[in-house]
Amino acid sequence: MSAAENARALAPGVVIRLPGTRACWLVRPRAMVVSLLLAAVVAAAFLLAVAVGELDLPLSDVAAALVTGGDDVTGLVVHDLRLPRALVGLLVGAAFGVSGAVFQSLTRNPLASPDVIGVSAGAGTAATAGLLIGAGAGLGLQTVALLGGLGSALLIYLLAYHGGTSGFRIVLVGIGVAALCGSVTTYLLLRAGVYQAQQALMWLTGSLNARGWEHVGPLVVGLAVLAPAVAVLAPWLSGLQLGDTPAQALGLPVHRARVALLAVAAALASIGTAAAGPVAFVALISPQIAVRLVGAPGPALVSSGLVGSAVVLLGDVLAREALPGVELPVGVVTGVLGAPVLLWLLGRANRSGVGG
Amino acid sequence: MTIEATSVVPRRSASPAVRSHAWATLSCLALLLVLCLASVALGTRWIPPDQVLTLLLHPDGSEVAAIVHQMRVPRTLFGLLAGAALAIAGALMQGLTRNPLADPGILGVTAGASIGIVVTTTVLGIASVYSYVWFGFAGALAATALVYLLGSAGGGGATPAKLALAGAAVSALLQSLVNAALLVDAAALGDFRFWAVGALTGQPATMLGPVLPFFAAGAVLAATTAPALNTLALGEDVARGLGQRVGLARLRGAAAVTLLAGAAVALCGPIAFVGLLVPHVVRAFTGPDHRWILWYSALLGPCLLLAADIAGRLVARPDELPVGIVVTALGAPFFVALVRRRGLREL
Repeated sequence: MSAAENARALAPGVVIRLPGTRACWLVRPRAMVVSLLLAAVVAAAFLLAVAVGELDLPLSDVAAALVTGGDDVTGLVVHDLRLPRALVGLLVGAAFGVSGAVFQSLTRNPLASPDVIGVSAGAGTAATAGLLIGAGAGLGLQTVALLGGLGSALLIYLLAYHGGTSGFRIVLVGIGVAALCGSVTTYLLLRAGVYQAQQALMWLTGSLNARGWEHVGPLVVGLAVLAPAVAVLAPWLSGLQLGDTPAQALGLPVHRARVALLAVAAALASIGTAAAGPVAFVALISPQIAVRLVGAPGPALVSSGLVGSAVVLLGDVLAREALPGVELPVGVVTGVLGAPVLLWLLGRANRSGVGG
Repeated sequence: MTIEATSVVPRRSASPAVRSHAWATLSCLALLLVLCLASVALGTRWIPPDQVLTLLLHPDGSEVAAIVHQMRVPRTLFGLLAGAALAIAGALMQGLTRNPLADPGILGVTAGASIGIVVTTTVLGIASVYSYVWFGFAGALAATALVYLLGSAGGGGATPAKLALAGAAVSALLQSLVNAALLVDAAALGDFRFWAVGALTGQPATMLGPVLPFFAAGAVLAATTAPALNTLALGEDVARGLGQRVGLARLRGAAAVTLLAGAAVALCGPIAFVGLLVPHVVRAFTGPDHRWILWYSALLGPCLLLAADIAGRLVARPDELPVGIVVTALGAPFFVALVRRRGLREL
């Protein structure tokens, strides 16, 4: 460990205890400051996402419309079109960011994210089947995608279980499952008409186009359940990061903790994917940016969620504005911008010897 | 196929080992011949084997002759070539990286070729067969180099897990670029998805000619790399100590992988798992000698691809399942089983 890392590990922190229980969290001042700044960035990105579009609105009008309802056109654009879209971006980004942070800490691998290990691929296959051959038509696309993501996560877990699980095996089995799902998706695309195939590809890239209040509702409910669960499980996550043996020595129920955390992370990734499709790289990159901003060892869950929101919101603004007259899906922007970050991370991860 | 020349053990008398290899080779060739005939005979329309043989030698201009000569023979030849190319490429990659999980699909080579071909057809609008193949190779080469660089950087060298992850990440990245190109161009998507699924029927038979030299060059390079692979299997330091020029051997092997996988992908689209499965099956009965592993991979790779293609024609009659789907359905469970095995070691 270098001197800088030592200093980081010994950075001052405040322990918060939940009265009457053993649950406690270590809060570091720098993490607090970073989170507050990130929250401000997310708020600005949110306002920008509502203000910018085919009809550019001054921020004063946006604020007025948000508070009072505004006049007819502005009120309509803000309340019916841009507000739900921005909310979906905000919530989906947060879900992906936190999910990626949990997966990466759990497998102790900076490259493990729902995109790489097959959870998003499962949701994508289910959604493509729903779009193209009407699988589960009574349930609605969101539910179908949700079930697909959860189903593939369960499959990966069961296949990786071999007298216990290891992060390494989960990642590799996930890659195999992703390959299988990908080939089924390609086959479904092949069987459809070109227009339908393009719609499905749009979904598979991850897009906020035409997202309305009906997408916001399930996201809010899902996050209301999962966010407290993550908060409760976070101390276990920090323990598991030390490795199985030290965690066991600290008295952690290693196996149960890993199952619970995997389930929560897979559920977060699945509800995010169900609402907006698998927006490329958000879950992979956000935790890495967050960890570097916070500068402390261990998972930076809150900051990861905030970074995820900011990335999706700003990416969507860019995607809408990049080509006049064309609404690119946000996944194209995050994919193209995420690529250099990913390659840099790969190089770094391997240099520090944690790439696998 | 020139592997035979280098892989024959130089002994005067026919030892039991050589005799058993002769029998094994003959059985593989017989199996391959049966599968080739079945591939021409079986399909939506059944053509009796005796009629197939007659028509192959004396085309009579009938509808059945047209089916045999214009559809079934080209796809059988595609299967032979692509199966051999992918299996040899997989065996080479597993030997070069000493990685049991190596496969041109998993390590991003096919994704690289995909992006090369998508860029040619969508962005540049080039439809000439030669440039199409070249761009596929360029993409394959770039992706091989990138995955290998990323996977081998840092302490510990190119371990199996690091390479597999680097391959998965680079493939994910290339996939998002491919998606971006296709979303803008609907017509390209219409063509691309037929190529992307991996089928033996995607390209016209005239593609065989231009691709054949690349395949031959790749096979020759692969055959000349085989002895070096045996030395490399002892470990890099030992290989160096024995006088092996490790860097040169790796470079030659990587060139062979790129030529072979690039040729296969240009012909048939990205077919994963052939390169993973076949060398493992072969290694189970040949042992660790790479000369024999490469030779039998070249024989059994086409067997797997042709059998999968025939199965795809028969299970969904009168429709067809593309061969890429059938092979993945077989290969993905095999991959998972490999990972589950305790003590996954470097080769």
